[in-house]
Amino acid sequence: MFSRDNWKEIFETIQKNKLRTFLSGFTVALGILIFVILFGFGNGLINTFNDFFADDATNVFYVFRGRTTMPYKGYKSNRQIEFDNSDLADIEKNFPLFLEYTTPRISRQDTVKYKEESNSYTTQAVSPSHQYAEKTIMMKGRFLNKNDIKDKTKYAIIGRLVEEDLFGAKTSIGKYIDIGGSSFKVVGVFQDDGGDNEERIIYIPYTTRQLIEKNTDEIDQIIVGFKPEIGYAGAMAFERSLNSFIREKKYINPKDQNGIFIRNVADQLKQNQQFARVLQIIVGFVAFGTIIAGIIGISNIMVFVVKERTKELGIRKALGATPKSVIGTILLESVFITTISGFIGMLIGIAVLSSLGEKLKDFFITNPYIDLTMATVATIVLIIFGAIAGYVPARRAAKIKPIVALRDD
Amino acid sequence: MIEIKDLHKSYKMGSNSLHVLKGINFSVEEGELVAIMGSSGSGKSTLLNILGMLDEANSGEYTLDGVPIKDLNETKAAKYRNKFLGFVFQSFNLINYKNAMENVALPLYYQKMGRKERQEKALKYLGQVGLTEWATHLPNELSGGQKQRVAIARAMAAEPKVLLADEPTGALDSKTSYEVMDLIQKINDQGNTILVVTHEEDIAHMCKRIVHLKDGIIVKDEKVKQVRASEYV
Repeated sequence: MFSRDNWKEIFETIQKNKLRTFLSGFTVALGILIFVILFGFGNGLINTFNDFFADDATNVFYVFRGRTTMPYKGYKSNRQIEFDNSDLADIEKNFPLFLEYTTPRISRQDTVKYKEESNSYTTQAVSPSHQYAEKTIMMKGRFLNKNDIKDKTKYAIIGRLVEEDLFGAKTSIGKYIDIGGSSFKVVGVFQDDGGDNEERIIYIPYTTRQLIEKNTDEIDQIIVGFKPEIGYAGAMAFERSLNSFIREKKYINPKDQNGIFIRNVADQLKQNQQFARVLQIIVGFVAFGTIIAGIIGISNIMVFVVKERTKELGIRKALGATPKSVIGTILLESVFITTISGFIGMLIGIAVLSSLGEKLKDFFITNPYIDLTMATVATIVLIIFGAIAGYVPARRAAKIKPIVALRDD
Repeated sequence: MIEIKDLHKSYKMGSNSLHVLKGINFSVEEGELVAIMGSSGSGKSTLLNILGMLDEANSGEYTLDGVPIKDLNETKAAKYRNKFLGFVFQSFNLINYKNAMENVALPLYYQKMGRKERQEKALKYLGQVGLTEWATHLPNELSGGQKQRVAIARAMAAEPKVLLADEPTGALDSKTSYEVMDLIQKINDQGNTILVVTHEEDIAHMCKRIVHLKDGIIVKDEKVKQVRASEYV
């Protein structure tokens, strides 16, 4: 059945029936192409979702303060909640099992000058642990250390783009810049995967900021990093006890939505991943439908091909073709065409996906890709079903009496 | 060569059954050139189709070259057709995307003959029908007479025991018809057994024996003096 002679016969038939070959090949190639691209887009969506969280640590709570909206224990509503250094210490003291680090964050907008260059930047007054929460990557020099906090040093860590704006190509380390009227020495330059805005930030010791602001101990925001090994359930439990701990300390009604707010990155990540997974299931469903449509398409073409060839098959049978060789000819031809065109469609699809890269980032599709195994399996499935779909009409054609087939003019 | 005893064939047409062959007894010796004549509906094509194993009889015996032909499955019938029989049809039945030589070589492909050998043999038979120069032409580039000659070459290429021709001149003008008959006579002269179904008197008289069929039975079976087609060409 697979002799060289049979193949030659099949190649000749394929060559001399170009339209038929093109139609069936096109259907299969298109089916696989669309499948690969859809599936790739699904993966691209998931990439985008993961990217949203890639630049920050996910084992982190951000604790924000606000105004109360309910009276509680003698306190009136509409009271501004304040954080100070003692809150940091209390949290560290009460949750040693869960806690990895804490850091305050005091954000200010300042005019920053170096020689003639001047610009407005966000300064964040933080502690050394902040580097883990933001996944800050040091390019030059160092980040803040414990001594900076203790000694309230006037050291600044500047973002890559701050350096570019103020210093151009020149080195910034060791130079003095003016931040909101105070002189700071640049000791480090960082980069961040979070985009341009996150590279236009200047970090200074929080104690220094508090000193500048009339030696207060107030804090804007508390960032709490927990141990990753406590897991998702542990993180949720920790969030609940942290919430009630702060509410109790600050006399906030437990039912008040507004006094404090905790942003749980782990929870958000989980929800987004679930959303992305649902999206991928939907996309996978559509892609599966495409494969089904492809199978139906190839089946239709096979029925048509057999119908069109009825007379030819009758002639062949009159000349001595056995039913087996009739089925073999039709099947080999269809499998050959679907295999070649299926893999062509698959390769084009993969090429399209890899050429897209980040071009569709605006549509939340980043680096779309498809697993090679997945694509190959889909192609093989289509080939197999194409063969099954071809077998049914081929067997019927082989059963038709040659006299009936020949009469069919 | 061919032995037929009490052959019956009927077709079911809805609830009615149409009795086409009502007991045919008939034999053909090797080297004979037999015309089967009759008006349309006389059963002549049905008889030829049964002889060609393209159709099956309801009852009766059929022996071809000493082999009883019965209880054929499709595979067996295909093998017998390939080995014993060559067909020439009224509508030529060439495969339109294959050139003349490939058409002639096709039955040899089903005899599992090698490609080279097949082509040589096809060219040889194309030469015998005078179409060597047309070997690479597609059927739609050939005239009706040329197509029928290709079909005859194809039927002969398999070197069959019997050549069956169903109205071989039915789609041709008289001049071309005589050319085709001339060819058939020459093939017969070489000792081949040939059966021709026709309704044309002049074509029938170019054979050596005429069998008249009417309403499913043989009404007359006579030897005739052969008219050579070459006289008209």
